[in-house]
Amino acid sequence: MKFGILVNEGPFTHQASDSAYLFAKAAIAKGHEVTRVFFYHDAVNNSNKHSAPQSDDRNLVKLWSELGTEHGVDLVVCVAAALRRGITDDLLAEGFNISGLGQLIEVGIEADRLVTFGD
Amino acid sequence: MADDYDDDDDGPEVVKRFMFVNRKAPYGSIYALESLEVVLISAAFDQDVSVVFMDDGVFQIKKGHDTDGINMKNFSKTYRALDGYDVEKLYVEAESLAARGLTEEDLIVDVEVLSSSALSDLMNSQDVVISA
Repeated sequence: MKFGILVNEGPFTHQASDSAYLFAKAAIAKGHEVTRVFFYHDAVNNSNKHSAPQSDDRNLVKLWSELGTEHGVDLVVCVAAALRRGITDDLLAEGFNISGLGQLIEVGIEADRLVTFGD
Repeated sequence: MADDYDDDDDGPEVVKRFMFVNRKAPYGSIYALESLEVVLISAAFDQDVSVVFMDDGVFQIKKGHDTDGINMKNFSKTYRALDGYDVEKLYVEAESLAARGLTEEDLIVDVEVLSSSALSDLMNSQDVVISA
């Protein structure tokens, strides 16, 4: 099955980003395809390469980057939400790109399921 | 074998049923404003779009927003512009309205008021449900 994923909450303050990551990883491990993860609202902070959690904690930004580069998952950060929160191209970790909300609607159309993680 | 058969895959464009569910009050968090932006963008994709207001989301379309005292942009007029984007299917959950002492007359846009169970059926008939 072809999955699209929407993440609506910021990393670390909320479980949504972790759950979305674990879901994506599990889906890929089961042979499904995750074509795109769309980061909206505070979830745009998942892309910030300056995120530096303590060494005994999971590093979500790094985990997303690895998922994106190893499995060809398109990691899209919403431009309007990103600019509002000071996330610009030069802050993006590897594998992320900034684009418009149209990318969310597009994956909703193209994927078999769009799965939302948030409140 | 079928190489000379000109099937260039120009089938009909996919039209899916998209439902946007608004469940939060308009100004206490950013969800209402940013969710409205998604609805507006979706209009450009010629999909079958409907918008639902339930729980505190019904306050998003209540008449008489006045944000002067809270340093927030009053975006309630944008809901009235949805019609111009051909987003015409607006639904409100009856129980959410009643629980907040509101009626259809308190709303700035024309909506269809549905019971929780009717809304549930409508939700089940969608291809994509995006909720915030």
